[in-house]
Amino acid sequence: MKVEIVGGGPAGLYLAILLRKADRGVDVRVLERNPPDATFGFGVVFSEETLGALRDADPETHLEITDTFARWNRIDIRFGGRELSSRGHSFSAIARKRLLEILQARCRELGAELEFGVEVEELPDADLVVGADGANGLIRSLREFGTKVRAEGSKYVWFGTDHVFDAFTFAFRETEHGLFNAHAYPYDERMSTFIVECPEGVWRRAGLDEMNEDESLAFCEQLFANELRGRELFANRSVWLDFPKVTNETWHDGKVVLLGDAAHTAHFSIGSGTKLAMEDSIALASALARRKWDVEKALVDYELDREPLVERTQQAASDSAAYFQRIASFAHLEPIQFTFNLLTRSGRITHATLGVRDPQFTRALDSWLGGRGVSPPPAFSPFELRGVRFDNRFGLAESAVAVTVEGRKTADEPTIAEWQRPEGRVLLRLAHAGRRGATRPRSEGVDLPLTDGWPLISASSIPYGPFSMKPEELSGEGMEQVRAAFVAATARTAELGVDVLELDMAHGYLLASFLSPLSNRRADEFGADPLRFPLSVLDAVRAEWEGPLSVRLSVTDWHPRGMDLGDGVAIARVLREHGCDLIHVEAGQTIHDDRPQYRRGFLTALSDRVRNEARISTIVGGYLTTLDEANTIIGAGRADLVLLDLPEPQIESPVQLSNTVLLSEVRS
Amino acid sequence: MPGATGALLLDWARRADEGSFSSLGVLDRVAYDSYEPFTALAGAAGVTSRIRLATMIAIGPLRSTALLAKQAASVHGLSGGRLTLGLAVGARTEDFDAAGVEHKGRGKRLGEQLAYIRGNVDADRVGPSRDGIEILVGGMSGPAYARMARYADGYAHNGGPPRAFANAAGRALAAWSDLGRPGKPKLWGQGYFAFREPDRGNAYLLDYYAFTGPFAEKIAAGNLTSARAVKDFIRGYEEAGCDELVLFPAVADADELSRLEEALA
Repeated sequence: MKVEIVGGGPAGLYLAILLRKADRGVDVRVLERNPPDATFGFGVVFSEETLGALRDADPETHLEITDTFARWNRIDIRFGGRELSSRGHSFSAIARKRLLEILQARCRELGAELEFGVEVEELPDADLVVGADGANGLIRSLREFGTKVRAEGSKYVWFGTDHVFDAFTFAFRETEHGLFNAHAYPYDERMSTFIVECPEGVWRRAGLDEMNEDESLAFCEQLFANELRGRELFANRSVWLDFPKVTNETWHDGKVVLLGDAAHTAHFSIGSGTKLAMEDSIALASALARRKWDVEKALVDYELDREPLVERTQQAASDSAAYFQRIASFAHLEPIQFTFNLLTRSGRITHATLGVRDPQFTRALDSWLGGRGVSPPPAFSPFELRGVRFDNRFGLAESAVAVTVEGRKTADEPTIAEWQRPEGRVLLRLAHAGRRGATRPRSEGVDLPLTDGWPLISASSIPYGPFSMKPEELSGEGMEQVRAAFVAATARTAELGVDVLELDMAHGYLLASFLSPLSNRRADEFGADPLRFPLSVLDAVRAEWEGPLSVRLSVTDWHPRGMDLGDGVAIARVLREHGCDLIHVEAGQTIHDDRPQYRRGFLTALSDRVRNEARISTIVGGYLTTLDEANTIIGAGRADLVLLDLPEPQIESPVQLSNTVLLSEVRS
Repeated sequence: MPGATGALLLDWARRADEGSFSSLGVLDRVAYDSYEPFTALAGAAGVTSRIRLATMIAIGPLRSTALLAKQAASVHGLSGGRLTLGLAVGARTEDFDAAGVEHKGRGKRLGEQLAYIRGNVDADRVGPSRDGIEILVGGMSGPAYARMARYADGYAHNGGPPRAFANAAGRALAAWSDLGRPGKPKLWGQGYFAFREPDRGNAYLLDYYAFTGPFAEKIAAGNLTSARAVKDFIRGYEEAGCDELVLFPAVADADELSRLEEALA
């Protein structure tokens, strides 16, 4: 059995070690284009979990690796002139150069052949060829793997420094060009990694696109002089880069397999690249051993084993990359909320999991939100809007009525005259279904037209879905009537003890049909200014209603020719200027065949952007099923109120009684 | 599948109905040696009395809308109201080519078909009655989940390990909630098994799914070849909230059904 490994980074070397360990009969050769002592980059990070896997796979290298490790359990965030710390995050790092030395030595000890300075241009002849040649790997291009490489996140540059940080440090620095941030961590007793990052626009404004390596190093050194405590930055091919997100449809083709960055990358801001690469090696070596060197079967096993974890990590990494790209929009948050938002950016840490790692931090966050020394978690913190106080963030009862009989979605939907007020804090939504009106009850399906419906109206005369009735374009007179109906309903609402009044401008109903270019094709001024009619309704209602006023808004059409989130944020800003207090964030359904992106909490990221970019309070649902999600969202400032889909708790099941004796039988 | 005679199919249906199973499922493919799903279920309807008859799934857009409604309603009528109609857009261009149907626009057409069947459109002209047909929709795209939540009673997953099902189920539930449907969608899953001749089963799966390229190997690797694997699979699906799990044989052998029953006992 002969194995050729292309690429002598951590993945390739570690695989060579594990293969030789498992079977000395296997010929293993590692081909590396660079000399043995060449190394790019500074330190690499491991979590406790990865270390455990390395210990189990090869105790000898584990011992050496952990010998020179820098370890920490704190994350420091320097933001807005403050430094906040969160504890309980066990991480370790090692110099990449030292790691390679250890792995190379172990390879030699185990008899794996190492060849340096070799450029591989065609597939080597072997029983197994491993492409461990990195994010720009060549092996990938020699076969069909369905490779995609696209830039993700901000511009970034790697440096080293001889200032030894004592924690993982995120530092933020405001400049006249925009916000910069640094990721810094120690990797041995004298050095730290120091990565500087900023969005592309900031990078250009600062003139970094035209600076050479020395100039940009000097720029960064000066910018973060405070963090560096007067120490130097060191360059090592330190040029500004775009992070390449690599994905492959498959990681193997026949006897050729991809490993580490060649197969998949994960944005550096979650520090998982080397961890994933070495875990790949472990998975591949054990699949080969388990399948007794049936290479084809082992490669399928390897891919099936690794795929879900890699996919989750890549999703988290992309979320993290997107977070740092938009970091400026969070600059208005209080440092403690800013910090919690940062810690929970990739969805891997929640309020509950942070509470286990660092109960002091969550307690501080809870009491900041709750206003008392010991406060319940964020979802139970009070909230106030235009003088109305809410005892918690999730207990708002949602209710909707049609403003006119013709504006009903279904025949059994209540109008304002028929509405019964539920208990508790109530949000009442005033809606006109527009072209989605006159349909059968939602228990049967959605948008199924009634056979005996009523005439419909919309911004333009376009039916909503298949077999939907064609609506009539709303006339000037019709607009006045609709507006008057909203105002009349508002006047009734004031008598009914509603806490929050909401106007429905979402999901393709009448007001929404004006907002989207997909449903508004009018040639008049209401087509030229899509907000004009919905805003006139908002203004009229605002004049009538003194309490908190919410607008339910589809902030994106989820369609390539429709409104995107940027448009949604812009509309939210205008609504705020017109006295709207709260955006109830929704997405899509503005047309029948949109392209929704469903997952648990699918509206959270949208709410985050609306709230922090348009600077308006938001309410968000989107299939949130746990209080932990609510705590994390509220704690991180991604919304102000949440709507939960809580399943009924099922902790009890009926007991099947057997051997029951009927009383009558006993008597007889 | 190749090698399955009509007699074998009917024998399988009869034995499933007499046994402890709750549903009988069929697949759909035109350019392959396999039976047409509605015809197969019509045959099964004649030799069964109890078991639900499910297309898991049928490729809606291959058929004209009225004909699809008529075929489904006919099976539903012939079986005394036992049809579960699973529909999806299909993944193979060869099937569309063989049927002479445009592949492009299939998602939109499926939406129309669902609106037609569920909305009882033309029901006075195109009988028999569609009342009470349970509808499932499959597919992994955003629009597929939306179609499911808009028109169907539940979701038909396309197979894979329990965690893949759990992920899809989460998306289906999110779509259901977004469309404002009351209650919860029924969640159907599926898997393949081959006890006696696993290699032959794998070969069939590699062939059947050859059009997916490298994914065929992964599907074949998921073939359940022992009682233990089947039990673990069922447990995983149960935990992920699966309401109905359809296990398809990967070899044409009626005794595989008895082996499955033994494994589940």
